[in-house]
Amino acid sequence: MLSNLGIISSSISLLASLLLIYLSFVELKVSGDKIQKKIYKFSSVQLIFSLLSFLVLLIGYIFSDFSMINVYENSHTEKPLLYKISGTWGNHEGSLLLWINILVLFSFLFLFLNKNKNKNFKIFTLIFQNLLISIFFIFLLTNSNPFSPVFPIPGEGLGLNPILQDPALAIHPPLLYVGFVGSSIYFSAALAALISKVEAKSLATTLKPWISISWFFQTTGILVGSIWAYYELGWGGYWFWDPVENSSLMPWFLMTALLHSVLVLERRIGLYSWVIILSILTFTMSVVGTFLVRSGILNSVHTFANDPSRGLFILTFLILMVFSSIFIFFKYTPSEKKNYKIFSKEFFILINNWFMVFFLAVVLIGTLYPVFLDTLIGEKISVGPPYYNFVLAPFLIPLLFLMTSGPKHKWISSETKIFFDIILFLSVFLFLIIFFIIKENNLLINLILLFSIYLIIQNIFDFYENLKNRNINLSRIISHFGFGLLIFFISVNHIFSVESNFNVRVGEKKDIKNYIIKFENLETSSGNNYKSVVGYFEIFNKKKLIKENLEPEIRVYNQPKTITYEASINSNLFSDTYLTMSNISDSDIFNIKFQKKPFMNFIWLSVLLISLGGILNFFKRKKEI
Amino acid sequence: MKKIHLITTFAFLIFIFTTLYLSLNNRKIYNTKDIIGQKIDTVELTLFDNSKTFNTKEISNYKFTLFNFWASWCAPCRKEHKNLIKLSKNKNLKIIGVNFKDNKTQAKEFLQEMGDPFFILISDPKGKQSVNFGIYGIPETILVNEDLTILKKYIGPLDLKDVKEIKKIIKQ
Repeated sequence: MLSNLGIISSSISLLASLLLIYLSFVELKVSGDKIQKKIYKFSSVQLIFSLLSFLVLLIGYIFSDFSMINVYENSHTEKPLLYKISGTWGNHEGSLLLWINILVLFSFLFLFLNKNKNKNFKIFTLIFQNLLISIFFIFLLTNSNPFSPVFPIPGEGLGLNPILQDPALAIHPPLLYVGFVGSSIYFSAALAALISKVEAKSLATTLKPWISISWFFQTTGILVGSIWAYYELGWGGYWFWDPVENSSLMPWFLMTALLHSVLVLERRIGLYSWVIILSILTFTMSVVGTFLVRSGILNSVHTFANDPSRGLFILTFLILMVFSSIFIFFKYTPSEKKNYKIFSKEFFILINNWFMVFFLAVVLIGTLYPVFLDTLIGEKISVGPPYYNFVLAPFLIPLLFLMTSGPKHKWISSETKIFFDIILFLSVFLFLIIFFIIKENNLLINLILLFSIYLIIQNIFDFYENLKNRNINLSRIISHFGFGLLIFFISVNHIFSVESNFNVRVGEKKDIKNYIIKFENLETSSGNNYKSVVGYFEIFNKKKLIKENLEPEIRVYNQPKTITYEASINSNLFSDTYLTMSNISDSDIFNIKFQKKPFMNFIWLSVLLISLGGILNFFKRKKEI
Repeated sequence: MKKIHLITTFAFLIFIFTTLYLSLNNRKIYNTKDIIGQKIDTVELTLFDNSKTFNTKEISNYKFTLFNFWASWCAPCRKEHKNLIKLSKNKNLKIIGVNFKDNKTQAKEFLQEMGDPFFILISDPKGKQSVNFGIYGIPETILVNEDLTILKKYIGPLDLKDVKEIKKIIKQ
C-alpha cells in the first residue's frame, strides 16, 4: 500500500516538474512582468507530492513496513525510533529521495521569495532547476526506487549498519545535503542570469542569501560528520582526508570563494563571469562528490552498496551538465573590464578566491589521483594526511595574513598602508609568551600560530571598533575569528596530542609518559539491540595527581550482526582523554589505544563560530531586503 | 583565443570523464590472491640488527623461502609462532621474518620469549617494504621458490593444516 502511494506521489511530482518546464517555455513568450499563477500552483503541487513521497518512506521506516525492499534492507523492528527515522536517508535510495526533496524545496522557495525579480531570470532558473529535478526523479524511479515492493513480505528487516546508529550521524547527511544540493539553486540561477542578461547587482543580491544558507549548512554538516568520526570510528582523529570527507570539503572551498566574490559583484559590479563560474563549479563539485561516493570507485566508510549502473547514470548526468553549462557560458557570457585596483578590498577578495581554488585543486588532485593511477596504470596507492599537510600547511600562513589585513582595506582605493600597528605587536608578544610555554621547534607551526593569533586579536579589536561605530559586520568578524581560533587550536592539539597503542590483560598496568593506565575490570552488559563487553580503566595523571575512569566498549549488534568499538571519551574543557579497546581473538589480551587530545571542544566551538558567521550573514541580508 | 580556451577545456574534460568511465569498470576490491604465480620484486630490505641490506635476489640461493610478516603487538602472530618454529627445523626451507610496524625492543623480547625461527630478520618499521609483497595486514605469509615465484599466500595465522601443506610442497 505504502509502496504504491510512494510511487504515485513521486510520479505526480515528476509530472509536475515536466509540466513546469513546459509552462515556463510558454511563459517566456508571454509579455508582462508577472509570472502566471498557474506556475506557482504547479510548483506547490510539485512540492506537496515530493514531500508526501518522502513522508511515505519515513512512515514506512517508523512502522517497519517491510513490504518495501528499501525498509527491509535497512531497518529492523528492534532499532530505536531515532535510528528508524535516520535510516530513511542512511542508504542510497532514501538519500536520493532526500536530495530531490531539497532540489524541489529550493526551487519552490526561489520562486516564491523572488517575486519582484526579473521575470525571465526567474523563469530560466525554474527551467534549469526543474531539469535537474526531472532527471533525478527519473533516476530514482527507474534505477534506485526506494518504494520497490517485496513479496512475500518478510517478517523482519536486515537492520542498519550500527556505526550509522548515532545521533550525530542521524543529522549529518541532511545538513550536508541542504548545503551542497542547495547549491543547485545558484547553479540554475547563474545559467539563467547569463541567458536573461541580468545585471550584476541584481544577480548578487539574489544569490547572496542562498549562498549564505547553503554555506552555513555545509559547514555545520562537515562539523557534525567530523564529531561523529571522532567518537564513533574509534581512530581518535577528527579529519582523515578520506576521499569522501574531501568530497564535502571541495564544494565548501568554492562556496567560501563565492561568499566573498559575490560581495565584489554587489558593491563593485566586478567579477560577474567569475561569480557565474564559481556558481556552476560549486554544484558540479557536489555532483562529482556524489558520483565518487555512490559509484563505488572509492573505498571508504561512506561508500554505499556498489552498483555500476548508478555510477554510469550520475556520470552521464555530470557530463551533460558540465558540457551544457560550458556551452551556455561561452555563448552568453558578457565581456568584462577589469575594474579593480591593486591593494583594494576587491583585490584581496580575489586573492582569497585564488587561495580557495588552490586548496580545491590540491584536494581534488589528492582524491582523484589514486583513482586515475589505478585505472590508467593499474598501480594502487593511497594519498593520505602527509600529502595534504605538506602541501596545504605552508599556504595557511599567507591566507591567515590576508584574512587579517584584507578587510582593513577600502573598496576601490589602492592605498598601500602597512599595518605595523599595536595589534601586530600585541600578537607577537602573545606568541612569544606561548612559544616559551610550549617550546615548539617547528618553524612552520610557529608561524601558523603567530598568524592565527594575529587574526584572532585583529578580529577582537574590529569587534570593539565596530561596536563603537555601530556599523557591525558581525558575520565577517565572527567567521574570521572562528577560523583564527580553529587553526590555532588545531596546531596546539597537534603539538600536545599523546597517543599510544599497547596490549594488556585485566588487572595489568601500563606506564605512558605522565599517565598510568590500569585495566581494572571487564563486564558484559546489553543494550536495546546489542550486547557488549565493557572494560573499566583507571587513568592516573602522575603530574596533576588526577584519576579518571573510562569505560570503552565492544558492542555486538544483533541486526545486522556487526561488531563496533565504542570509544570512551572523558571530555573536559581543555582536554579529552580517549580510550578504545579491541579484543584479540582466542586470548585474554586486549589491544588498547590511549590518546590525550587537548582543546578538542575548542576546535568544535571554532567551527561553530565560523558557521555562525554564515547564518548571521543570511539574516543581515534579510533585514536589508 | 576563445576557441583555444574552448578546445583545451573540452579536451581536458573528455580525458577526465573517459578515465572516470573506465574506473567504473575497474576492479574495486584490493585483492592479492592473483599474486600467486607471480615473481616477487627485487628490492633491498633493511636487516633488523644493523643497517645492512638484503636483496631479495639472494633468495634464489635457497630452494624454498617463507616470508612471514609479523609484529610483537599482533596477538595472532603469537599464536602462529610455534608453527613457524616447527617449520624452521626443515632443511629445505629458510624463513625470513619481516617485522612489521613494530617497536624494536618489544620485537626482541617477543623472540626471546617465544623462540626465533627466522633465518634472516628484516625490519619494516613503517610497513613500506611489505607493500611490495602485497601485504595489507598481519600476520601474512608467502612461500617462494628459487625462481622467486610466489607459490602460496596465507592470510592470517598459520595453522597446522597450513604447516602440513607447506611441508608437502617443500618435500617435492
